Amino acid sequence: MLAARLLQGLIVLWIVTTATFVLIHAAPGGPAVLADPKLSAVERAAIETQLGIDRPLPVQYLTWQSNVVRGNLGRSFLYQTPILETVLDRLPNTILLVALAVAVALLIAVPVGLYVGARPDSPIDRVVTVVNFTALAIPPFWFGIVALMVVAARWRLLPAGGMMTPGEEGSFVDRLRHLVLPVIVLALPISAELIRFTRAAVRSNRGAPHVTPAVARGLRSREVTGRHVFRNVLLPVLTVLGLQVPILVGGAAVTETVFAWPGMGRLGVEAALGRDYPLVMGIAVVVAATVVLANLLLDLAYGWADPRIRAGS
Amino acid sequence: MTRALLPLALLVLFAFGGPLVYHVDPTAIDLTLTVAGMSGAHPLGTDESGRDVLARLMSGGRVSLVVGLLAGVVAVAVGTAVGGLATARNPWLSVATSRLLDAAMAVPSFFILLVIVTLFGGSTTTLIAAIGLTAWMGIARLVRAESLSLRERDFVLAAQALGQPPPARFARHVLPHLVPTLIAAAGVGIAQAVLTESALSFLGLGIEPPMASWGNMLTGAQQNLGEAPWLALYPGLLIVLTVLAANTVGEQIQRRGGLHK
Repeated sequence: MLAARLLQGLIVLWIVTTATFVLIHAAPGGPAVLADPKLSAVERAAIETQLGIDRPLPVQYLTWQSNVVRGNLGRSFLYQTPILETVLDRLPNTILLVALAVAVALLIAVPVGLYVGARPDSPIDRVVTVVNFTALAIPPFWFGIVALMVVAARWRLLPAGGMMTPGEEGSFVDRLRHLVLPVIVLALPISAELIRFTRAAVRSNRGAPHVTPAVARGLRSREVTGRHVFRNVLLPVLTVLGLQVPILVGGAAVTETVFAWPGMGRLGVEAALGRDYPLVMGIAVVVAATVVLANLLLDLAYGWADPRIRAGS
Repeated sequence: MTRALLPLALLVLFAFGGPLVYHVDPTAIDLTLTVAGMSGAHPLGTDESGRDVLARLMSGGRVSLVVGLLAGVVAVAVGTAVGGLATARNPWLSVATSRLLDAAMAVPSFFILLVIVTLFGGSTTTLIAAIGLTAWMGIARLVRAESLSLRERDFVLAAQALGQPPPARFARHVLPHLVPTLIAAAGVGIAQAVLTESALSFLGLGIEPPMASWGNMLTGAQQNLGEAPWLALYPGLLIVLTVLAANTVGEQIQRRGGLHK
């Protein structure tokens, strides 16, 4: 299972690196430095040789792949820094945001899902379903703007963006206050998605052969859920979480931009706005690698959640 | 079914029928009347360049709905093709496609989108292609799962016994049974595409002013949150309503298991 996952991870990275390579060569124009009409043919050729774009495409492709494997993603046009370094600088900030959002989402979604799943079609179940449906329709960036407008601008309860207040760099509380809004915005759609699947998993487990006898023995609803349903629900929850990771990092990019959070997603958006395509491609590669790693970690979590998988591997 | 379509129909009517009764140029700039409130001339006020908000909501709605609909169609088409290939009898073809599909699910498509709009710009056509081509994976999985069970059914086995070649069998006997699933998936796909387009346009990577889109109207609104919070309210609400409406259509069709029940 783990070997299959590793292979899949390699395919993911291959797809991303190849797709970015194909896209850049399918794009009209080519590097922006060549767009200068004052360049003579000789200068143009010199730049092309220097960038390596005068060589045949297969050679360029292999060079790009072998550079990626060695961690050499080239240099950023905008910042004139090595791309891997620039991206890895921002990566921890994004991981912090995403990890906290996932933690908050799990803490909200699993209990709520367990609760409403055990009470199908009750009034509270219907309310949760409607709230979920709406939460999934709210664009995260708009939710972010509205949250900023109300909580930060009008009520002045929380800071309006960034990672810390200048002058209070060391303060833990200050950092926490900066995290609250972006984490909530990011956690909302994942919570909704997780509640949906937890609820469905609980409902399908309530009729399972090992649960009916527990109900018949007269166990209280909470005990049935806690002892006989909970562990079986964890698996689908982890699966959904795994499928959500790539979507989550996309959401993080938008959230980071709204809240001026110095993460990798905002770096990607800035790079895209500045037409710094080596940087955008480098970020796509690093994000893909991170997602692959996150999925590997989730596989280990599967083994923890389900002893049958541990025994099988 | 018809009731589920009503909200979406109203939104289409607003965006496409609105300009027939409300003749105001959505791109006309009036620098003497920026960020104005409601008035007779501008029922919903004006934006940071003095453009009429109501007219921009209508023309932005056309962009959002067209991009969402067509990107959803692209995603369904690609998803059906890939999902179908993944069930091919040729083991090489099906295994390779399935592996590729599983991997594609784990690709962070938002960043591929960033690469595409950086290189090709954010025109309507690019957005439709880019959003459609990064959103087909879920649909392909659905098609693969459903076709695998459908192709063991008697009527498909009968076609096989009659010697019908696999591609024809897929097209004639499996595909028609997938239609309700695909329409439901398209509803959800359109909702997702509307959200993606608005996010890209909001970030300045999609539809660019003076052309309006619900997403890029919010970019301008963000700079005037203090004086004119309503500028952020209208486009956001319309996005939420559209996504809700498209999701509802998908949900309803899925629940009833078809269009005709």
